[in-house]
Amino acid sequence: MDGVRAHTKASASCGTCTPLVEKLMVLTLGDAFNPAAVVPMCPCTDLGHDEVRRLIVAKGLKTIPAVMQELQWKTSCGCAKCRPALNYYLVCDWPDIYADDYQSRFINERVHANIQKDGTYSVVPRMWGGMTNSKELRAIADVVDKFAIPAVKVTGGQRIDMLGIKKEDLPAVWADLGEAGFVSGQAYAKGLRTVKTCVGTDWCRFGTQDSTGLGIRIEKFMWGSWTPAKLKLGVSGCPRNCAEATCKDIGVICVDSGFEIHFAGAAGLDIKGTEILCNVKTEDETLEYIVALTQMYREQGRYLERIYKWAKRIGLDEIRNQIAGDETRRKAFFERFVFSQKFAQVDPWSERVSGKDKHEFIPMASLQLEAAE
Amino acid sequence: MNMVAQNIAARWVAVGTIDDVPLRGARCVKNGAMTIAIFRTSSNRIYALEDKCPHRHGPLSQGIVHDGCVTCPLHNWVISLETGRAQGADEGATLTFPVKLEGQVIYLDLGGV
Repeated sequence: MDGVRAHTKASASCGTCTPLVEKLMVLTLGDAFNPAAVVPMCPCTDLGHDEVRRLIVAKGLKTIPAVMQELQWKTSCGCAKCRPALNYYLVCDWPDIYADDYQSRFINERVHANIQKDGTYSVVPRMWGGMTNSKELRAIADVVDKFAIPAVKVTGGQRIDMLGIKKEDLPAVWADLGEAGFVSGQAYAKGLRTVKTCVGTDWCRFGTQDSTGLGIRIEKFMWGSWTPAKLKLGVSGCPRNCAEATCKDIGVICVDSGFEIHFAGAAGLDIKGTEILCNVKTEDETLEYIVALTQMYREQGRYLERIYKWAKRIGLDEIRNQIAGDETRRKAFFERFVFSQKFAQVDPWSERVSGKDKHEFIPMASLQLEAAE
Repeated sequence: MNMVAQNIAARWVAVGTIDDVPLRGARCVKNGAMTIAIFRTSSNRIYALEDKCPHRHGPLSQGIVHDGCVTCPLHNWVISLETGRAQGADEGATLTFPVKLEGQVIYLDLGGV
């Protein structure tokens, strides 16, 4: 498959044609090609993701070089496929011990902004549950003017994207946003992105629960967490579903009797309605179940595997049994997530405003300027 | 280190020290309109390439550095730090510049620019 990808570009970008390419390969190569065989993480190893994850825990491997040495990596320092995956697995498995290796992170996660086609970056601050106010909007307008930001866009996750920012300007942009109370929206992360909400019982004549408040509560609890792939949530205040919760990674539909928890939706490369996890009566339970489900996915998902693909692989009933049917297990998942958050909930923008990774944002030398002096 | 280009007088310019460049990372040197990326590999070798992928001009300095190569952050082309050439089935090359290390100081030869 890697050979076909390299030479034809088929299955090499978004990957949606992979099953078709596999069929072609079976047709052409016959038994010589087995699509069900364990796919190695990358050409640096013969091991698949699941085996690597299992061995990291079983052997207590706590650094990327230790993984590579113990599991007999074929290259000296991995590649752009395995390094970010290993870094995620180690962050997830040893949250209190592992020192995040930023040189093994894709640029967006390394500098906490989204790289664009011209090498500039975009910046998306968090707007909890999609709520904002005049003070925040004024602060954003001032930043846009001050740094001559060429484009401002409302995102699908109910917040505001500022596009076309020069890398050198990022810390100063974050400093101004930080003064207005903004933190990173992690719009670049394989991690918690947004919790989209509708206005719920605060305003809507059909609202059955405080969907906005619940969405904000979930987002404040879960922000900063790293996951195998991006994680987008939605909370709708009634089955009319204005927050489109039924195509999210995890969604909630509020009803008069409580909360219907959904998961494993997709509205990207694939389009797929969510599955129902279970119904619960209180906000507290909703939070606990969602957090436990997320932790199960964090521990078992393959790097870059969205939750709907993981759920299909593991089995919906298996997930329901572990989260909804087994209180001990659910509480253990929940506790492990909470522990991990102690180390993950640090605003990366304010850290960088304070000088962390300064080298990332300034050129090492500007030759013609020096000559002119 | 790369060979100094023939026929053109070398013009070595100090651009910083090896500690300025993260291990398995890169830093940029602005030279007028051109940006040159200085790479440091896991084995502490230094390379200099124009900060421009031959594919869609992505900034190579922002990519992941591994085994004498960098993976472009825009579309994952893998570029050799030694030759500037695209690896695998991709075709194209990025400009490389002679670079040398004297003690801790990195010198870049801009004689060919």
